[in-house]
Amino acid sequence: MTDAAELRRRTRELLAAHPPAATGRPDFLRARFDAGLAWVHYPEGLGGLGAPRSLQAVVDAELAAAGAPDNDPRRIGIGLGMAAPTILQYGTEEQKRRLLRPLWTGEEVWCQLFSEPGAGSDLAALGTRAVRDGEDWIVNGQKVWTSSAHLARWAILIARTDPDVPKHRGITYFVCDMTDPGVEVRPLRQITGEAEFNEVFLTDVRIPDSRRLGEVGDGWRVAQTTLNNERVAIGGTPIPREGGMIGKIAATWRERPELRTHDLHQRLLGLWVEAEVARLTGVRLRQQLVAGQPGPEGAGMKLNFARLNQEISGLEVELLGEEGLLYDDWTMRRPELVDFTGRDAGYRYLRSKGNSIEGGTSEVLLNIVAERVLGLPAEPRTDKDVAWKDLAR
Amino acid sequence: MSAQPEPALLYSEEEEALRAAVRDLLTDHCDPAGVITRTESAALHDLPLWKSLADSMGLAGLLIPEELGGQGATHREAAVILEELGRAVAPVPYLTSAVVATEALLACGAEDLLSELAAATTVAALAVGLHVAPGGAAAEARLENGVLHGELTGIADASAADVLLVPADDGGLYAVRSADATVTPQVSLDSTRPVARVSLDGVPGRRLGDTGPAVRRALRAGAGLLASEQLGLADWLLAETVRYLKERRQFNRQVGGFQALKHRLARLWLEVAGLRAAARSAADALATGEDTDVAVAAAQAYAAQVAVHAAEEALQLHGGIGMTWEHPVHLYLKRAKADAIAYGAAGTHRAVLAELVDLRAP
Repeated sequence: MTDAAELRRRTRELLAAHPPAATGRPDFLRARFDAGLAWVHYPEGLGGLGAPRSLQAVVDAELAAAGAPDNDPRRIGIGLGMAAPTILQYGTEEQKRRLLRPLWTGEEVWCQLFSEPGAGSDLAALGTRAVRDGEDWIVNGQKVWTSSAHLARWAILIARTDPDVPKHRGITYFVCDMTDPGVEVRPLRQITGEAEFNEVFLTDVRIPDSRRLGEVGDGWRVAQTTLNNERVAIGGTPIPREGGMIGKIAATWRERPELRTHDLHQRLLGLWVEAEVARLTGVRLRQQLVAGQPGPEGAGMKLNFARLNQEISGLEVELLGEEGLLYDDWTMRRPELVDFTGRDAGYRYLRSKGNSIEGGTSEVLLNIVAERVLGLPAEPRTDKDVAWKDLAR
Repeated sequence: MSAQPEPALLYSEEEEALRAAVRDLLTDHCDPAGVITRTESAALHDLPLWKSLADSMGLAGLLIPEELGGQGATHREAAVILEELGRAVAPVPYLTSAVVATEALLACGAEDLLSELAAATTVAALAVGLHVAPGGAAAEARLENGVLHGELTGIADASAADVLLVPADDGGLYAVRSADATVTPQVSLDSTRPVARVSLDGVPGRRLGDTGPAVRRALRAGAGLLASEQLGLADWLLAETVRYLKERRQFNRQVGGFQALKHRLARLWLEVAGLRAAARSAADALATGEDTDVAVAAAQAYAAQVAVHAAEEALQLHGGIGMTWEHPVHLYLKRAKADAIAYGAAGTHRAVLAELVDLRAP
């Protein structure tokens, strides 16, 4: 078993062999991956040492203290959080060896080709078709809400390979090369003015069968690995008191006494309390995880996060009065990083509207809480035993 | 803001064992039908149940040091008991005597009375209106020629108390034997924690200490731990409503399968999960003394809306049966609504927070 002392020793060896000050960033990150110190819970040879996940903090602390560069995880969140666990669980040895190293170092950015104009909450109804042609699959369709598509080398893709069976059974999971000539990426402009996301048009894209993840027709199950990791990623990070959106409005309130009214004061205090309670709920959830008793509260964290972001940023625009009539900049741009609490209040207000839609709508999450936590009856289903091609659309 | 110490928000094994013991007792001796019947009887308090809890289980002295015959436990354990008492809307003076009056006596160092409370031979009540928030103004008795005069109203559980802790206009807190005062029950919204009028007509009292710090401490503990009682109410209401909606059929379906109702219950579950975190935070802060004022005020600024919402949702979602005297949901509604006033309404606690976290009024 690899323990903390062993990891510390290996980390120091890495630092000695590749002094950060004298090593280029990509070289250092590659060396770190090869030393098994990228994600220590991954297997040996794939950036890890098969160590407990909790020991990653030991390595990170040593490296941070030595001023070593990191892989800028915020920029490659889809690769790290969604593609990598799926590749690890379902990929062939060859796929893991080819894909995981540049994924982790950030040399190859990943995006996710899941949602479609006709398949949002009902993702399993997706209509992008993949048809077998010898050793390849020919893919045609349209995907949407794809962050980083314009930067990505690879995509995780789900497509319909069998329209004659019920929708959950006819889906297959692929790795798609975004440099293929049939892939066209168009920015999708949002209400904020910028284009964080893209539409991706797939026209006769040729994907070798060797880039399939999991069995033919088993793509829905494979996608669950991806999606479960997404929900962990959103709304689950620890925050201090007044972290997040409430800290922004609280600062404005303290700095700008001339904006204060009694009505705004009451509403601000109400939201401050709710944000503090949501924070405590998150603290409690993490304490449960640490104690090995994961609670169902996780299902609700994103619901809280979305509603509070929206209400708090909405109040902030109102608090600003005349300034609330302004907006910092409508220029169309394609940001690499998204910060929900970034820019000004108007941006925060508009961007937070997406929080109750992206990564599972609040309405779907309420169904999940009602059914899986409270055990209430599932929604009546008319789509389970019908071939995908016969579904209403 | 500066980093806060992280409160311990889970239940320990010992706390869970304590919960199980209290729940067993309440399951056997505090069923809803019995509580409903008692609300129309002469004895609103369930004294046999109180004897079991306070004496047989030794819970009256939970917060009292061992050298005075108590258990020397913390607010974390008391909070677990209050969750269970809330779940059962048990008509016993635990919060008022074993928490609020006990805290006042601890502040005054009244060891003889604390020993009596720990031994469960005496029940005490703080003669401050139940609506008064920590730091709020309370009515006082007049001290004239060494005896007390006056009328104090809204005193919770006074009719079960042997000793009343009376603030007087000299700034002192006085112990008065109930037998020397006239305690008249007031018809209460919540008959399971009834309030009473205390009339003092030249009654002798023993000065225990200064009112200010003792009452403030007592009410802060009361407010903080009330959140756990409110959690217990909400938790029972949610569980019972979910259970009923799985069983109840209309339109040839389980009523709980309708999405409009599922979403309401899911939102309520989320609120209850939040209240659990807030109530544990307040109990832990009272036990450790870290960040206590903010934790208590935040919990009380949040708890009432959840408990009342849970009761109102339970009533509505039970349909007609929820409106009947026979069904216990009204006990919970009345307790939840009274709790929303007890130890300061949410707005009062928000105003306190505004000062504590520097979000000042215009």
